[in-house]
Amino acid sequence: MTLTDKIRKVNIEPGSSFHQLLLMVVLVAAVAGLSISSPFFLKWDNMRNILDQSVINIIIGAGMTYVISSGGIDLSVGAAAAVCGVIIALLLKAGLPVFPAAAAGLLAGALLGGANGLMVSRLKVNPFIVTLASMSVFRGLTLILTKSIPIYSFPTEFTWLGSGSVIGMPVPVIITLAVVALAWTTIRRTRLGYYTMAIGGNEEALRRTGVSVDYYKTAIYMISGFTAALAGLIVTARLNSADPLAGYMYELDAIATVILGGTSIKGGHGSMAGTVIAGLFLSVVRNGLTINGIASYCQQLLVGLIILFAVVISERSGRRL
Amino acid sequence: MADRKKHILGVENLSKSFGHVRAIENVSVDFYAGEITAIVGDNGAGKSTLIKMLSGAERPDRGKICINKVEHNFFTPSEAIENGIATVYQDLGLVNCMDISSNIFLGLEPLRKGIFVDKARMKRESRELIEKLRIGISDMDLLAGNLSGGQRQALAIGRAIKQGGRILILDEPTAAMGVKETQQVIELLLNLKTQGYTIIIITHNMQQVFSLSDRVVVMRQGRVAGDLSTGESSHNEVVGLITGMEGVS
Repeated sequence: MTLTDKIRKVNIEPGSSFHQLLLMVVLVAAVAGLSISSPFFLKWDNMRNILDQSVINIIIGAGMTYVISSGGIDLSVGAAAAVCGVIIALLLKAGLPVFPAAAAGLLAGALLGGANGLMVSRLKVNPFIVTLASMSVFRGLTLILTKSIPIYSFPTEFTWLGSGSVIGMPVPVIITLAVVALAWTTIRRTRLGYYTMAIGGNEEALRRTGVSVDYYKTAIYMISGFTAALAGLIVTARLNSADPLAGYMYELDAIATVILGGTSIKGGHGSMAGTVIAGLFLSVVRNGLTINGIASYCQQLLVGLIILFAVVISERSGRRL
Repeated sequence: MADRKKHILGVENLSKSFGHVRAIENVSVDFYAGEITAIVGDNGAGKSTLIKMLSGAERPDRGKICINKVEHNFFTPSEAIENGIATVYQDLGLVNCMDISSNIFLGLEPLRKGIFVDKARMKRESRELIEKLRIGISDMDLLAGNLSGGQRQALAIGRAIKQGGRILILDEPTAAMGVKETQQVIELLLNLKTQGYTIIIITHNMQQVFSLSDRVVVMRQGRVAGDLSTGESSHNEVVGLITGMEGVS
């Protein structure tokens, strides 16, 4: 095989190893460029900011990778994060210890996601519509539960989950590493991961083999609800406050992270490694724009453009054959 | 000759209506091991309905289905598969973005430690199956969407066999294929026949009926219009039964 043939054989489609490598190169280039443009960029406090932001993107992105790989979408993750943060806050305020309160909040997230999943799988309603409606329902629920007033001041054992550290490693980063390891393993090595891709690739083919597609679809949305709740927990703990407006536009960042990471918007292919790299990249870009004095509305514009770019590449690629 | 044939599958007086439309009525057909049977008929003749009942996709209103002379009631495709009847639909039901072994094992993935999909075993057994079926695919990592039409059909048949199918139902197995690919599929089906598989094909291709199948069951207006040995019948005779103009020569 000639060198030209070898070059031709390189898989440059989204989600491929080459795509991930390219994303990594872009990430390193962005870090290098921003560290030159601003002397504050590489300071530990700023790195901590980037990590704080990226853990949210990556955790929600891990669940969203499942959903988008299955050919679905979950627009409710931001609102789900907010309502679960509020549930945990209310339980803590009611005197419940940290562990059961956190567990109840995470369970609530999984159940809310499961409700989305049941409507998508059993009632055959378009996931875009289902999760658009549930986004509004969850946000409304959050406002009702809080009466639009933030709940704040929690026990230190709880705030430690958002701002503590273990041997110098921030607790949210440790949680994120655990989530990523679990999500990467399950999506690549378990039936759940295989069926997620199969549902995205050819749902009817999987159904004909006797696999309960509805069961797995519901499970996929439950995972998304759970990761949204976990993000809500971390944000609430970090800010020591459950804000009814928390999680605003998280869904947009999560979708951008997943698509930019190489997961096919059409379903059938997902890249958890790509989600992690893209999550870091988006946080680096946002942070770089902030410390270089670029207004937040311009950042919103940029994220929108990144999503558009990534979706166009995903749509035009031959990944979904 | 007939005495040597082993009866595998039989339908007796099978009937099915959709509302006021009688799709099939009192259909009785037998299928034998190591035999390829073609089911032919005009559109609306009832072939698809018969096949759907055999594959568990439709429930008959009356009649019975017997496997090895034992009556079976299966009402879902997975129940049919459990009873050894596997169907390869015209769309093949492949997941194009998944590799060959993942497609062959779809829904049947072996597990390690009860959790992890045993990919190494899937690849090994897929390779063995591909070699046994003499399908010309060497790389188990190829995506199904990158295969040729003939290879895709062979992959779908391979999966049906992996599912435990001893009775294979194929809907238009060579539709929209080139000459070379059609030949590959025909060779595969003849190979399976020699291995004792019972093969039922639905086809509109008369040339293929005579070159491939041992028997042809002609359906017309929901009934069996003829059950002929291809070696003892002619193209015109079959066409005559399909159209209801038996006198045509």
